[in-house]
Amino acid sequence: MTDALLSVRNLSVAFTTYGRTQPVLHGVSLDVPARSHVALVGESGSGKTVTMKSIMGLLHMPPASISSGAILYDGRDLLTMPRRERLKLTGTDMSMVFQDPMSSLNPVFTIADQMSTILKYADKRLGRSRSRRQRMDRVLEVLGQVRMREPERVARSYPIMLSGGMRQRVLIAMALLSEPRLLIADEPGTALDVTTQAQILKLLKDLVEERGLALLMITHNLGVVRETSDYVYVMHKGKVVEEAPTAELFAAPKVAYTRALIDAVPRLTGARPTQRMEAAP
Amino acid sequence: MNARQSPLLEVVDLVKSFPVYNAFGSRSGELVAVDHVSFSIRRGGIYGLAGESGSGKSTIARMIMGLLAPTGGDVLLGSENITGTLGTRARSRQVQMVFQNPGSSLNPRRTIGQSIAVPLEAHAYPRADRRRRITELLDMVQLPASFADRYPHELSGGQKQRVAIARALAVAPQLIVLDEPTSALDVSVQAKVIELLTELGRQLDLTYLFISHDLSLMRNFADEVGILYRGRIVESGPTAKVFEHPEHDYTRLLIASVPVISAEEEALRPHIPLIDGEIPTAEKLLALRESQRTTEVPKRI
Amino acid sequence: MSDELTLAEDAPRLSSAYQSWYRFSRNPTAMIGLVIVAVCVLAAILAPWITPHPDHVGAVVNFRARHLPPSADYWFGTDNVGRDIFTRVIFGFRISLMLAVVVLGTAIPIGTILGLMAGYFGGWVEIVFMRFTDIALAIPPLVMALAVAAVLSPDLVNSMLAIAALWWTWHTRLIYSITRQLRTREFVEAAETLGASKFHILFREILPNCVSAIAVKTSLDCGFVILVGASLSFLGLGIQPPTPDLGTMVASGSAFLPDYWWESVLPGCAILFVALGFNLLGDGLRDLYDVENVR
Repeated sequence: MTDALLSVRNLSVAFTTYGRTQPVLHGVSLDVPARSHVALVGESGSGKTVTMKSIMGLLHMPPASISSGAILYDGRDLLTMPRRERLKLTGTDMSMVFQDPMSSLNPVFTIADQMSTILKYADKRLGRSRSRRQRMDRVLEVLGQVRMREPERVARSYPIMLSGGMRQRVLIAMALLSEPRLLIADEPGTALDVTTQAQILKLLKDLVEERGLALLMITHNLGVVRETSDYVYVMHKGKVVEEAPTAELFAAPKVAYTRALIDAVPRLTGARPTQRMEAAP
Repeated sequence: MNARQSPLLEVVDLVKSFPVYNAFGSRSGELVAVDHVSFSIRRGGIYGLAGESGSGKSTIARMIMGLLAPTGGDVLLGSENITGTLGTRARSRQVQMVFQNPGSSLNPRRTIGQSIAVPLEAHAYPRADRRRRITELLDMVQLPASFADRYPHELSGGQKQRVAIARALAVAPQLIVLDEPTSALDVSVQAKVIELLTELGRQLDLTYLFISHDLSLMRNFADEVGILYRGRIVESGPTAKVFEHPEHDYTRLLIASVPVISAEEEALRPHIPLIDGEIPTAEKLLALRESQRTTEVPKRI
Repeated sequence: MSDELTLAEDAPRLSSAYQSWYRFSRNPTAMIGLVIVAVCVLAAILAPWITPHPDHVGAVVNFRARHLPPSADYWFGTDNVGRDIFTRVIFGFRISLMLAVVVLGTAIPIGTILGLMAGYFGGWVEIVFMRFTDIALAIPPLVMALAVAAVLSPDLVNSMLAIAALWWTWHTRLIYSITRQLRTREFVEAAETLGASKFHILFREILPNCVSAIAVKTSLDCGFVILVGASLSFLGLGIQPPTPDLGTMVASGSAFLPDYWWESVLPGCAILFVALGFNLLGDGLRDLYDVENVR
């Protein structure tokens, strides 16, 4: 179990608002082995986003506070390591694909500007350096990797000149810049149309497979879970209530909450699986 | 039975175009958002309009509601032409709307009771009976009467949408336009709201126009669908038929793109050929088909 | 499965008034502002009972006590005719606050109604109302007050009228811009489709959503109106002696600078104090409501 690339151990997080402390995560544990595709699924308020933010170090503390637990990356605890060390990992070796392609890009800079700035700071944290030219080459390379037809033209564009699908691709390219081993994707494609979302999911799947990356996908959409992951954690009210290989979870959900969740999804076939829902306690 | 078969709402040749201005402020063109759309909904039926962003589905809803004046075409309710009668009382008594985002369709500074009372006041419902009617409406959407004194921010998303439904029902309309009523909600909440809408539709003999981008939901809720692409209905018919035997390429692409959770659904999804190892965009797919069609023509001759 | 239980709902509900107060009370500048404003208002109301020499308000002359520096008996010293400056400053608050209440009391309703109508109806209503507002906005209130004082007579009522005649423009623009944003919000459209009257939409749907902005603007404006009023008095166009007014006191005391500095500096500080109080309070309220709007 300890050979997982990312391992969240018994993580508890609380929020203090209006002078009152409330736990939001109750001992969450999950593992993302190298080269695996793991999904973390839950409805709003389940704690999936807080878990993701704790891993990436994006929690605002205060109001949040981590009451207990550990987040092991490559066997080292992210929570206890010096800040400087942690910054070497987040955004470089473990990198994040943000949800909203509109607000994650700065409208006044070109894609090339934004991407090479990210690369520059990633290099700086790792104590590397690259010339301007080399950085630009790398930017064009990753834009090609996310199957942009004309990487040069995209690089010169401002975000507003790109479609939603292309912006999402740029965000994926940004995450790939410093050759991460773990990709954390927060609801990728949710803000997009279903046909564009299908393209993005296929791309993400191809990329992680080709490059042997580990993928942790945070989503509320069970369809997306089934299409992109091979292992699932189901979260509800700040706890992991069920974990299983994806196929197994959909074939035979063990926990009543998971069953109800799966049954609530409307089916493309028009079948209404409401019988089980009534039977569930 | 004859009355049931006759259409309640008929949309005939509806067009909406928006002028496009260039940098100098002069008119440089026209954006056609809705392009000669026609459909009808029978009394007691649920008609689904499915489409992606920019397909014109919300524009159509807004024109039916009178929030937007159409450039051309007619909206007929029963035998009455209601085109362009913007915000009249007569229309609001017959047609009501449930908006997409329950968070913003309820005024944050007014209590639930005050919000539900708006249509009652507008239609001069007897003052003495209002309180009782509000309780009755809340009960219809399975909310306790005590909610009348709460503010929207004290409610969850699903509860707010129930309030919006109660408000739409207040003056007993015949037709309710549902503009993505569950897209802002969690899936378990969505299931409950859809169940409620189905139940209310049956009890009160309501007719629904259901607008959504969620095809799985459309399949389960609507009994007839129209697939919109760029302001046009590219395919329409009974829901089961359209989903099981989609004829138009765009419909096929749309259905094929839905992420599904079971093998049965996977089997239903049409196969879309990948272009350059990628799922094609709608434009690309349609352009490709178009070019294939034109190259085929000489062979036939 | 229980319907839509989220973490937030598991917790006992806090009233929104409590939440607002909690946030407000954690904001040090806002609290300082509130305390200053409360002190000034209370002092003004209770002036006849709390001031050491309430009789010094009028035309009292006591040459033996003239130009006395601040002491235990005369906290702010005495002026050139021997009146207690502290007493007159507290009574000066009365005039300043009354000016603010009268000016804003007329400006806010006018500005709000014009702004609501221009923002909601658009078209010709918007063009006429907003261009008129722009024209009025081009005239500085102080210049207007000077003109009015020159044509009519320099007194309190006239200067209040002059300021109020221009002050509504800022409120019109504020309410107009908020209404423009709210007009296309779904709850306004919902009210339209529900058959609600224009009156209902303007005053029951849109106006309640402008209240927080009006509160912030009013608080900030109080400070400005007091400053403008003091400026007018300083120039001799506002309140006429012997009525105690802060601006007039600064003006008459300035003749004895720098030897008897307290006669103008301390009333000046009082103006600063009350204006600062309202500004801090307004800033605090703005922070408070911004957070709420973001939610």
